[in-house]
Amino acid sequence: MPEVKEKKIETLSDVTVRFAGDSGDGMQLTGTQFSDTTAWVGNDLSTLPDYPAEIRAPAGTLYGVSGFQLHFSSSDVNTPGDVPDVLVAMNPAALKKNLPELRPNGTIIVNTDSFDPKNLKLANYERNPLEDDTLNGYHVHEVPITSLTKNALEDSSLSLKEVSRCKNFFALGIMYWLYNRPLEKTEEWLKIKFKNKPELAEGNIKAMKSGYNFGEITEIFTTRYKVDPANLPKGTYRNISGNEATALGFLTASVKSNLPIFLGSYPITPASDILQYLSNYKNFGVKTMQAEDEIAGITAALGAAFTGHLALTSTSGPGMALKAEAIGLAVMTELPIVIVNVQRGGPSTGLPTKTEQADLLQAFCGRNGESPVCVIAAQTPRDCFYQAIEAARIALKFMTPVILLTDGYIANGSEPWRIPDIEDLPDVHKEFRTEKEGFFPYIRDENLARPWAIPGTPGLEHRIGGLETDDITGNINYEPDNHDKMVRIRNQKIQNIANDISDLKVYGDDSGDLLVLGWGGTYGTLKDAVHLARKNGYKVSHAHLRHINPFPKNTKDVLKSYSKVLIPEINLGQLASLIKSEFLIEVEQQNLVRGLPFKTEDVLGKITELLGGNNGK
Amino acid sequence: MANNSEVQTIKLTAKDYKSDQDVRWCPGCGDYSILAQVQRTLPDIIEKEKAKVVWVSGIGCSSRIPYYINTYGFHGIHGRAPAIATGVKVANPELDVWVATGDGDLLSIGGNHFIHTCRRNVDLKILLFNNRIYGLTKGQYSPTSEKGKITKTSPYGSVDYPFNPISLAIGSGATFVARAIDVNPKHLQEMIKRAGGHKGTAFLEIYQNCNIFNDGAFSLLTDKDTKDDNILYLEHGKPMVFGKDLDKGIKLDGTKPIIVDLTTGSFTKDDILVHDEFSAEPILAMILAHITDDPAFPTPIGVFRQIQKETYDGAIASQIDFVTEKRGKGDLKKALFGANTWEVN
Repeated sequence: MPEVKEKKIETLSDVTVRFAGDSGDGMQLTGTQFSDTTAWVGNDLSTLPDYPAEIRAPAGTLYGVSGFQLHFSSSDVNTPGDVPDVLVAMNPAALKKNLPELRPNGTIIVNTDSFDPKNLKLANYERNPLEDDTLNGYHVHEVPITSLTKNALEDSSLSLKEVSRCKNFFALGIMYWLYNRPLEKTEEWLKIKFKNKPELAEGNIKAMKSGYNFGEITEIFTTRYKVDPANLPKGTYRNISGNEATALGFLTASVKSNLPIFLGSYPITPASDILQYLSNYKNFGVKTMQAEDEIAGITAALGAAFTGHLALTSTSGPGMALKAEAIGLAVMTELPIVIVNVQRGGPSTGLPTKTEQADLLQAFCGRNGESPVCVIAAQTPRDCFYQAIEAARIALKFMTPVILLTDGYIANGSEPWRIPDIEDLPDVHKEFRTEKEGFFPYIRDENLARPWAIPGTPGLEHRIGGLETDDITGNINYEPDNHDKMVRIRNQKIQNIANDISDLKVYGDDSGDLLVLGWGGTYGTLKDAVHLARKNGYKVSHAHLRHINPFPKNTKDVLKSYSKVLIPEINLGQLASLIKSEFLIEVEQQNLVRGLPFKTEDVLGKITELLGGNNGK
Repeated sequence: MANNSEVQTIKLTAKDYKSDQDVRWCPGCGDYSILAQVQRTLPDIIEKEKAKVVWVSGIGCSSRIPYYINTYGFHGIHGRAPAIATGVKVANPELDVWVATGDGDLLSIGGNHFIHTCRRNVDLKILLFNNRIYGLTKGQYSPTSEKGKITKTSPYGSVDYPFNPISLAIGSGATFVARAIDVNPKHLQEMIKRAGGHKGTAFLEIYQNCNIFNDGAFSLLTDKDTKDDNILYLEHGKPMVFGKDLDKGIKLDGTKPIIVDLTTGSFTKDDILVHDEFSAEPILAMILAHITDDPAFPTPIGVFRQIQKETYDGAIASQIDFVTEKRGKGDLKKALFGANTWEVN
């Protein structure tokens, strides 16, 4: 055994790691384990999985590469990181695909065993990049991960195939050693995961420990790193993804309102998780219906809304298109329902596993007739929890459909979440109408909401439907004046929501040279970019809209307090066009529609470009 | 001693099921009879209060019916009534949920919801008003119009084969499948009652005359001179005989149905096929469904099939009970905490 040299320990404040390999290599799992342990040791973090639309694309190909990025720090983390500092590449395709994004001078750990002629060819490498100058300028650690895993498990009862599938845990072990993380969380997890196959748990644990020990003894690594715990507010934390947060937000709204959930949904990437999560909570009385199609999902939910349930439907862009007519029916019948759109790249099937913000105008206008709905957008994975509650609260209070927009980036991304006290969360409730005296289906309260009289209530029998109704009585009415009146009432009801929501908050100064205005999943990136620009002396602030229809009441005042407004969006300017038409102001736009989140440096560059001239420094 | 605490229920009448809205179908439309038979029958079917009755519909002439029945009603969008009704029933399985729909609504734009409702055996009563034409859009061929039908959109004759709705319902797993005719009120009432009493997806096809756009579509079955030779009344346990003097019958030759003459002496009633509504196998019901399409055969009217199996709404409710018993009533705090937490001090 070689003499083990004492290794240097260097303290870092901020690291971005990307695990990349074949879609069958278990990279999502490896990344998730690294995240859980990293959260547990007290770092703030943010993650971003990046996987192909094909479930198991042919092994070794470029389009079969699956990645998981993780940004962790001893201070505040708002994004999964622009550029990785470290790349773990399990095969040549993973190296080829991810190398262009690695920070210059970054660190690469490669599994040399997979750099054989066949895999090199599949990755379109003419020469072995480990043997030419491709990797000059990077810190490359060449590790024969597959054969080291086999050696470590040679006494194991596992089959050769099973042994080979433990190699991601060997790689994880190396990373745990490199960043000074404990193994126990992952050990516990493996024991539970393979409760019925203890030999698999043991094999993976052994592979992980061997990877860790390899870091310790090998001369390949001379330095290991320390990232101190972040200074997070006191409390109990967990990691949470946006889709899980959305599901838990609805569950909370259900408990708070004492209304059982009915979720009608059809599986679609990247929204299926919401249906999956909620179908676990049967003991909360949650009713989930995996419908025959998107339309059945929402129309069944509308039937349940009529019958007094907290009605939900979840989907992504193509599904939204199919649900459009039924959302119109919800507008007309004034029933409470929340429609979640986890946005993905479009149009049509588009980029199913990639993120985009291009469904905002669809949410606003994607129906026939004057068909106003409330639109809310969540901005981070954990914010999905609060916005799901907010969407349910508004739907019930105002008897209206509410569209909740999230996106693939925050839906699949995860971050630590300080679990709130249930008592501190907003009140969500709606009383059913039971009083016969003075009942009409379309009489209205002070907010213009109509009563919710559910089937089974004696004496309140009434009919609703998609035809234009008489105000008050709800009978069919095609009279010109009545239609004009009803169109305005339905619109005013949505506008009234502005009296019931919080103001648009500004990060930075209340006035200045530039306001960066965003919505949805770009929150973390814009916040980081503005933070850096302010550090550089620019008079720039950041505001992020959660309520988009209606806008918060102070939106106009906020916009008018800055010389310029920049709206970065992952679309061609959808919020920008709404802001321009609503407030009659000029705005600057930044639009990148690449299926990827913005990078902080992109936005910082734009801020600098806009303010460079007037020497904001 | 009589139990005085029991609530005395007052028997409702057809009048109680009439709403205050004017009925707006064309004069002479078959829908009037269907509405009347529904209103006459509901008091006999519904043992509960009428607040527990919900009528759901899609789009088309038939789908206006909820406005005319004084219960809870939901006039939905085209084709989606079975899905809306599924949501209503699952949300509250105690409700009696009825779907009123037409051949375009249920079998064309809503075909997917129809087959999946049957597949799931949702406890809904689906009344299909089949007039074999698009009425509300003023006369285009429908998915039950006969091939070659000349309409505004098929001036040279439609080239589409029609659906056989009974066959489709049986094939999709409906647990009660029957047929009636609008102008045969007694029989229609009986079929509505049978459908209403069934637990599971009950499908009742009602031949309904559209006197404006497809007048006489069922005249062979309704004209005095022709109806006896063209209708086969299905009755459980009875031989399948028809004709004015009940002198013709259906016999099986292998799996092939044939018509036999009972007057020649070659065949007696004992040779005739006996109807079995409750057969576990769908074969007999399917044979009967398909002779509808053969002009040589009479059209079967009555109950084709009735079987029992667990309903979708019932299964959802019992699964919730089962999981709640097994795992205990949901604890929100536990759910929010999940499996993996850590403390920051």
